[in-house]
Amino acid sequence: MTQTSSPTRTPADASAVKPRKIQGRSLWQNALRRLMRNKAAVASIGVLLVIVIVCCFGQLLRPYAIDDVAWDAIGAPPDANHWFGSDQNGRDLFVRVLFGGRISLAVGLIATIVSLVIGVLYGATAGFLGGKIDSAMMRFVDILYSLPFMFFVILLMVILGRNILLIFVAIGAVEWLDMARIVRGQTLSIKRREFIEAAHASGVSTWNIIRRHIVPNTLGPVVVYTTLTVPKVILLESFLSFLGLGVQEPMTSWGVLISDGAANMEIAPWMLVWPALFLAVTLFCLNFIGDGIRDALDPKDR
Amino acid sequence: MPEPRHMLEVIDLKVHFPVSRGFLRGQDKLKAVDGVSFNLRAGETLGVVGESGCGKSTLGRAVLQLIQPTDGNVLWMGQELTEADSASLRTLRRDVQIIFQDPLASLDPRMTVGEIIAEPLETHYPEKSKAEVREAVRAIMAKVGLREEMINRYPHEFSGGQAQRIGIARAMILQPRLIVCDEPVSALDVSIQAQIINLLMQLQAEFNLSLIFISHDLSVVRHISHRIMVLYLGKLVELAERDALYARPAHPYTRALISAVPLPDPARERERKRIVLQGDLPSPLNPPSGCRFRTRCPLAEARCAEEEPKLRHFGDGQEVACHFPEREIRP
Repeated sequence: MTQTSSPTRTPADASAVKPRKIQGRSLWQNALRRLMRNKAAVASIGVLLVIVIVCCFGQLLRPYAIDDVAWDAIGAPPDANHWFGSDQNGRDLFVRVLFGGRISLAVGLIATIVSLVIGVLYGATAGFLGGKIDSAMMRFVDILYSLPFMFFVILLMVILGRNILLIFVAIGAVEWLDMARIVRGQTLSIKRREFIEAAHASGVSTWNIIRRHIVPNTLGPVVVYTTLTVPKVILLESFLSFLGLGVQEPMTSWGVLISDGAANMEIAPWMLVWPALFLAVTLFCLNFIGDGIRDALDPKDR
Repeated sequence: MPEPRHMLEVIDLKVHFPVSRGFLRGQDKLKAVDGVSFNLRAGETLGVVGESGCGKSTLGRAVLQLIQPTDGNVLWMGQELTEADSASLRTLRRDVQIIFQDPLASLDPRMTVGEIIAEPLETHYPEKSKAEVREAVRAIMAKVGLREEMINRYPHEFSGGQAQRIGIARAMILQPRLIVCDEPVSALDVSIQAQIINLLMQLQAEFNLSLIFISHDLSVVRHISHRIMVLYLGKLVELAERDALYARPAHPYTRALISAVPLPDPARERERKRIVLQGDLPSPLNPPSGCRFRTRCPLAEARCAEEEPKLRHFGDGQEVACHFPEREIRP
């Protein structure tokens, strides 16, 4: 936006651009273009994709299943047979880390998406409609907040039985509350702006105002909060598993592997290093991608 | 059905806002607009002037039903709007549009210019194809003086004047018959103000538009309006044809306003006699009894405190709410 670039723009340039038919672009197309220009974000997307692919298919490289016990390699350090070493039960760590990655990534992704969708729609609706509806909706959120999380999970387990889906439901049901509050606060400040009144005056329906004007304008804080939610959810899952409410042996997740590794780190540090490394790299990537998306969605940031 | 006499008829419109005095202490009523009546013909510009807080903007929004009026009637082409259901209000929105004071704030920062201008069209005619919409957007952008390549830019890349052109394009794309202009040039540089005013007048001539032009700038209002309405604390104090109003303003408030306009000629400017009003605008929560202007009026007498002056005809077509219209004011 500075004047420094103007001398390079000659009339010849302008006329060269002219004949091209100008197509309308949307926020999302522009955002994608800007995201692709962000090197850190693109690299992170690449690394994350590699991790996902390795977690899904890496197991095929090795002859072990997650619960195969090798009696000759109990607590063995990394070597040609067990690339990441093996745990105190002689199970191959490479296979277990990759399998745990699948569970952790799935929990992180699905629970976050659930909390994102519910939270954003709920918060935007409450904030936009305001008045009594807003009060009623937010009091409901307060009630859910006041339920102790563990009590809630145990309650769900009693009703639904032990199930891996339970983790998604329980975590999603808790995480959307924060999101709803954040989005509601944003919405309250946005709905007083004149462009919302302009949309009203144009006859745009309430739902379309929320969808087209309110939600896109709340995205900045939402994206940042989402990138914080993913690690939170992954750690929450490991906490649940640690208590015996989440993933059960012989299945595993990064959270479970890390807590096992932490217990054995003096005698078998590789048990901690590998899952921790994977988790750390994943979280790094998610943070860069989150920053990239936030910047890409803000048209003022070019 | 007989053809309605006026395109828009506003009868005794009232907008009262409840104002909380604090927890458990009940509510006061802020009478932002308190019994305003006027009408509007096709192709006519009605200027609305008054101080900040006199209810100009509220009046404009109440006409559009963006604020629910407390009482009174708004008739559009003979059809009552205050009790209209949402479906007929939707149809109304094709005919009646609004332009805002702060052009940048009235544009969604996350939408491109093309999307902003297309939105009303897509809302009211969802059956239109993308190509048709794009064509309409291009046509209206050319009409308001925006270059075609601006279609993919975002509002923050524009100056105030250009942003206001975008606002005008959005209002014009449905080819409305009435546009409420809520101080459309107050936030702009003087040189840009003239461009925007001329654009509005040009569009008015081309499409036989009616305008309700809200402003506190008397010279701008004089330039664009056919008739002018003066508001004070939510009440209509004077309504007259433009030339009549400027030639012989009847209400002391109008006279004070007009005397405050600077003259371009320095010699005449030095001789200009100003009527300087004393004091501030009283609180609309607790307006003075009788005539609301009496606390600041140089002509006020005991009668003004007791009896509220009715709006009455004066001269030809001039309406004024004062007990002593045209009495001379001695500074």
